Amino acid sequence: MQARIAALEGATRSAQSAGDNAWMLVSAALVLMMTGPGLALFYGGLVRRKNVLGTMMQSFILMAVVTVIWAVVGYSLAFGGSGSFIGDFNFAFLHHVGSAPNPDYAGTIPQETFMIYQLMFAIITPALISGAFAERMKFSAMLLFTVLWSLFVYFPLAHMVWGKGGLLNAFSGGKVPCFDFAGGTVVHISSGVSALVCALYLGKRLGYPAMPVKPHNLVISFIGACLLWVGWFGFNAGSALAASGLATSAFVATHFGAAAATLGWVAAEWIHNGKPSVLGGISGAVAGLVAITPASGFVEPFPALLIGLCAGVGCYLMVTAVKGKFGYDDSLDAFGVHGAGGTIGALLTGVFATSAINDGLKDSAGHVLPLGLVDGHAMQVVNQAVGVAISWVLAIVGSIVILKICDAVVGVRVTKEQETEGLDLSMHGEEGYIFEA
Amino acid sequence: MNKIEAIIQPFKLDEVKESLKAIGIDGMTITEVRGHGRQKGHKEVYRGQEYNVDLLPKVKIEMVVPASRKDEVIRTLSFAARTGKIGDGKIFVYDVAEAIRIRNDDRGDAAL
Repeated sequence: MQARIAALEGATRSAQSAGDNAWMLVSAALVLMMTGPGLALFYGGLVRRKNVLGTMMQSFILMAVVTVIWAVVGYSLAFGGSGSFIGDFNFAFLHHVGSAPNPDYAGTIPQETFMIYQLMFAIITPALISGAFAERMKFSAMLLFTVLWSLFVYFPLAHMVWGKGGLLNAFSGGKVPCFDFAGGTVVHISSGVSALVCALYLGKRLGYPAMPVKPHNLVISFIGACLLWVGWFGFNAGSALAASGLATSAFVATHFGAAAATLGWVAAEWIHNGKPSVLGGISGAVAGLVAITPASGFVEPFPALLIGLCAGVGCYLMVTAVKGKFGYDDSLDAFGVHGAGGTIGALLTGVFATSAINDGLKDSAGHVLPLGLVDGHAMQVVNQAVGVAISWVLAIVGSIVILKICDAVVGVRVTKEQETEGLDLSMHGEEGYIFEA
Repeated sequence: MNKIEAIIQPFKLDEVKESLKAIGIDGMTITEVRGHGRQKGHKEVYRGQEYNVDLLPKVKIEMVVPASRKDEVIRTLSFAARTGKIGDGKIFVYDVAEAIRIRNDDRGDAAL
């Protein structure tokens, strides 16, 4: 009898592991698709024709560079050990990372699956920053910047928010208990705020804003944005780390957030400018996906719509009114969409997070604890704000120091001649479109 | 011989081509160009950033016809290209000194 029960339990575990692992591998692939081709197309279409390949390369090369760093130390610095600020070298060179689960993070899937899934987040985050320095950063400087940025900004922040014992990890006894389901702070605030620092440090593109720097191909931007929307299901629903009801909830919230933000941006633009643009629609969708990222997995569908709406209108105001007022050249609005959208989402997560969706937070006696303001836990909004502030400070300080280093070592900005010629020719020796061929 | 150069709205190209073919004009050269006359451009807005586009896409048609057919061609062309709105374009007529067919050295009207 005992033996049969044990066999039955074993079979159940193996069935659950099979289901969870299948979903997590698909999710990992979906998140990679967000960078290439999703983000590469989205950003590539928004720049001028002479910079299309250079811009796509800034996303694509990270699929290779970050992967190598991740294997050597990245995964270990983000998810090894149980420090408050950063991991350790326990998993360096992926030592001990095999098919056995790591119960600290995901008890039903191989740790190797968890590792490859988290890698895809580490790839897209620095790629998002490239929207701010597009059309004027040296390729060598961009490589050095993103390597250092991954090491000193991303891995520590990922550990603080998601790692065992992390300072901001509400589910692991963090001193500043924050909720960030899929990376509102880790991915979007960190990249968006660093993007603003880059835009300010590098200065405006030649001729901006007097000379027209129009997007050269909104059709490929459109395709990229739609791929981002689909890929985001892997990003958010995959962050449940299992093929569970929580994954479904995050999936629904993600979709609803994107839909409401699309309508919010388009409506704001229609009222303000007289025409609802396609670029506005896809920008709104991305803003909504950004804002719902920390909240998915914590909020009900209707609050998800509300969060999306706030992000759509809020980010529209950021990239039109605020950017125009301050005059910085955030070329592709990495800050206006990811920095602002991430901040809106992180704060609203503190308002709308509810234990009806996510009962993962328990006291020592095993009772489910209230999450956000709607659960009667108003303090969470303050916790979220502190988490946001810490992310902002880390991103600002880290980016300034790293940019100074890059400037000293290789110089960050291309020459005037190279910028005029375009990054495709001056950095890579090729052209995106050759009509006479 | 006269060279007729017409700058027309791009969407009128097919209509112009067909009506010229109907009166027996087979040879022409087409270029995609941008320009404006008295017609002013339009406003485009990308994420709140406004751009005034004053050079609009046009199509330039060039053809050389015998002097005897000049008026007929101009009449046909302008009728086919006309919408009656601003931006319909213009026709310019030049004298041509000589025409040579490269293949067999035909000269004058025979080369057209």
